[in-house]
Amino acid sequence: MNYSYYPGCTLRTKAKALDVYARRSAEALGFTLEEIEDWQCCGGVYPMGSDEIATKLSSVRALCAAREKGQPVVTLCSACHHVLKRVNDDMKNVPKIRDAANAYMGEEVPYTGETEVLHFLEVLRDKVGFDTLAGKVKNPLTGRKIGAYYGCLLLRPGQVMGFDDPENPKIIEDFIRAIGAEPVTYGMRNECCGGYISLREGETAKKMSDSIMENAADQGAEMLVTACPLCMYNLNKSEKLPVYYFTELLAEALGVKEAAEA
Amino acid sequence: MKKNQTELIREISGVNPLKCMKCGKCSASCPSYDEMDIKPHQFVSYVLRDDIEALANSKSLWKCLSCFACVERCPRNVEPAKLIDAARQLVIRQRGTEEGLSPDEIPALLDEDMPQQLLVSAFRRYRR
Repeated sequence: MNYSYYPGCTLRTKAKALDVYARRSAEALGFTLEEIEDWQCCGGVYPMGSDEIATKLSSVRALCAAREKGQPVVTLCSACHHVLKRVNDDMKNVPKIRDAANAYMGEEVPYTGETEVLHFLEVLRDKVGFDTLAGKVKNPLTGRKIGAYYGCLLLRPGQVMGFDDPENPKIIEDFIRAIGAEPVTYGMRNECCGGYISLREGETAKKMSDSIMENAADQGAEMLVTACPLCMYNLNKSEKLPVYYFTELLAEALGVKEAAEA
Repeated sequence: MKKNQTELIREISGVNPLKCMKCGKCSASCPSYDEMDIKPHQFVSYVLRDDIEALANSKSLWKCLSCFACVERCPRNVEPAKLIDAARQLVIRQRGTEEGLSPDEIPALLDEDMPQQLLVSAFRRYRR
């Protein structure tokens, strides 16, 4: 099965690694990420206001494009995933937003949230299956002690995101196990890294990243994995543990890392 | 006038502040609690008192990280982040963006590794 793919602004620029390792890994697992033509930036933060319509339209366009192809839309960046998933939920369940957005869009058939929005990790868990993934691993990352860093956007609000238990998630730990490494569980894995506050209040953000890093290191993690370029940036200010995109470790385990870098 | 502001906040946020039972779970969950002058659980009381002026001048509007911890944990679905965001929207819509983030500030703030996601998110939160 192939998927419509929404990369988002950062995967074209500072987070190219998150993108290229995912595309190559997908091929190794037998599916293709088909980039949506002319996708537009999601805006990074979900617009919470019930009367904010224009700021939701770039997501609606991507969702419509995927509907056109009859494919689920797959995301990699936590922020894109959060925005697309929540806008899709609005289009499905909030008539006021749905009607206004459709009035703007003028699609022949109004969009009513038909597209399934999946994060790449959900594809691995729910479509490929972690057991199948484990069977395709060529270079198991044996002995590596990895802490999963979830952050906020994949998990909350749980009722809409439906990603995992928002207070006690395990999908990334299961992923780490599937690629042959050892997951290290620590309490602060779903605490905020500081997000966009690091632009002007670096010290405040660094305090938050420091406590996450310390907590993970205390529990025995030797490295962290994340799906979010902003979490990556903020966590790296702490320098205590190395941080990797989960797709880089996936590509390594599948034996396609060099091919992806070429 | 004051009444209108309260109505606007309730409309933009979609929140019914009367549902709040003041358990304080939102403030206990908030990663920006220490930075806020008006705490998440207090937002509800200001809306109920029609004291939108104080909310509009609160630095808390610019401290919320959109982490959705209070949204997740609110046992009454009041979800204070929505009130904070609605108050922020009101300020931006009525006063413009002169207090917010200016593109002129950006070059001095950039570093080698800064992801576009950070700039996009900051502009969405701090500027209309």
